[in-house]
Amino acid sequence: MIIKLIIVVALFAITLGIAAYLTLMERKVAAWMQDRIGPDRAGPFGLLQPLADGGKMFFKEDFRPTNADKWLFIIGPGIAMFTSLITGAVIPWGPDLKIAGETIALQVADVNIGILFIMGAVSIGVYGIMIGGWASNNKFALFGAIRASSQMISYELAMGVSVITIVMMTGSLSIRDIVDQQHGFWDNGWFSWNVFKQPICFIVFLITALAECNRAPFDLAECESELIGGYHTEYGAMKLGFFLFAEYVNMFISCAIISALFFGGYNFPGMDNFSGNTLAILGTLVFFAKTFFFVFVFMWIRWTLPRFRYDQLMHIGWKKMIPIALINLLITGVVIAYTEGWFSKNKDNESASNVKMEQPLGVNTSFEKTKTGNSL
Amino acid sequence: MESLSNRKKVVSNKKMTFMEKLYLPAILGGMWITFKHLFKKHNTLKYPEVKREFAPVYRGQHVLKRDEEGRENCTACGLCAVACPAEAITMTSEERKKGEENLYREEKYASTYEINMLRCIFCGLCEEACPKEAIFLTDRIVPTYFERNDFIYGKDKLVEPVDQRVDISKRQLTGKRPA
Ligand code: SF4
Ligand code: SF4
Repeated sequence: MIIKLIIVVALFAITLGIAAYLTLMERKVAAWMQDRIGPDRAGPFGLLQPLADGGKMFFKEDFRPTNADKWLFIIGPGIAMFTSLITGAVIPWGPDLKIAGETIALQVADVNIGILFIMGAVSIGVYGIMIGGWASNNKFALFGAIRASSQMISYELAMGVSVITIVMMTGSLSIRDIVDQQHGFWDNGWFSWNVFKQPICFIVFLITALAECNRAPFDLAECESELIGGYHTEYGAMKLGFFLFAEYVNMFISCAIISALFFGGYNFPGMDNFSGNTLAILGTLVFFAKTFFFVFVFMWIRWTLPRFRYDQLMHIGWKKMIPIALINLLITGVVIAYTEGWFSKNKDNESASNVKMEQPLGVNTSFEKTKTGNSL
Repeated sequence: MESLSNRKKVVSNKKMTFMEKLYLPAILGGMWITFKHLFKKHNTLKYPEVKREFAPVYRGQHVLKRDEEGRENCTACGLCAVACPAEAITMTSEERKKGEENLYREEKYASTYEINMLRCIFCGLCEEACPKEAIFLTDRIVPTYFERNDFIYGKDKLVEPVDQRVDISKRQLTGKRPA
């Protein structure tokens, strides 16, 4: 219990700290890509910049427009912050740690529906933006909120389908199972990481994750050039800080999910040479390195691509992403069915293993299988 | 018809090929460009410590010049004030008295001379108009103040001190006026 509490607090503090420094990283990356230096006045290399920004946010006037809905106006950033923080709970940050004979899982909760939990929390996240935009009583804010919600709803579908593809291959909804299943780097004559087994699924997931985080090129909700900040136009002081912070936490968490689902999480090549706590610590470091790499990719994309137009966004979401994800799902299903031996007359052939899908499928599929088998 | 500048481009609305429709190759190409910029030399000058050298034609804060003997050049003819499109210059003139020959070069001089730096658009027409080579724009930047009155520069700020001459030789070499 105490240990869980420590992990919760540590995760909370680490996530907040990382999110704060991601703002600095973003500004530095942006600066380097534009042949500039970036913030360098506060502390060595500008390392104290996030503190200065935070301090500024705290001491600004806490302004609320006259016609804004008081409670909703306060609740909006709260929800955004809350939902972005709870998603970190189900991510396995590393292999088990052993201290004084006790096994400590580096994960707040290994719920067996982890990935569903994340999808749920992400969907709730749009409420924060929606409520914030609505409560501001400002047309720009409302526009931003409407765009954000329609964008999130459209891209959640493709994201969900690509997650289902991964779940089908693993046979489990628990993120730890999904990560453990990608053990090592090379297995049975093929890479064990999901990105090599499902590259299309990975690309779809990456794009939809960008959209879910409201990051450029999908930052229509903010759109500082047309909507002067979108849903947080009317916000100031720490309430604005919460919105911005929630965005960076979201980005960090989605990068963690990408590296867990597709890049093997805490698995790395040659991990079998280590064991115990060394493995746990190395694994955690590897996981964070992968996550930060994707954070960099997110920023990289932001400072490369211009924003999509609204109709282009919808076009890509509904006419490209979802069909691609669905076709990919279908093909994956057929391949799994084939390797499981559904199509063969010989029932004994069911355990035939495939190069790509080495893991047996979970309960759900075997249930389906019996049904199909009966109807045949 | 041949266009004058020859820079006209006809927009093509050709159908995109499959590779172009995929977007991804183009996006990766763009990302490669930004990635290369990560390692390029940055062009930032750390301003208060390092200052960029101005071009000789830069038009900054004015100076009222003295001649070699330290006498003020300006004869309060008012041509600069007439030329000024922003009506930033005002002055009052006075006759030179006996014994002031070492202060003023001409028989008439400006007893007050004010430029409102908030009105001034730094066009340089005053410099162009001056028949006595008295007023020049320099590479100095007019700083900011909190009060509007502080922007009205009088003779105390405009006339160069005898012992701290303001160098305008570069400006004279820009071809605007003979050296
Ligand atoms: S620079 Fe132009 S605007 Fe300024 S005082 Fe001279 S003539 Fe007037
Ligand atoms: S600065 Fe030149 S133009 Fe202006 S009043 Fe003096 S002499 Fe005349």
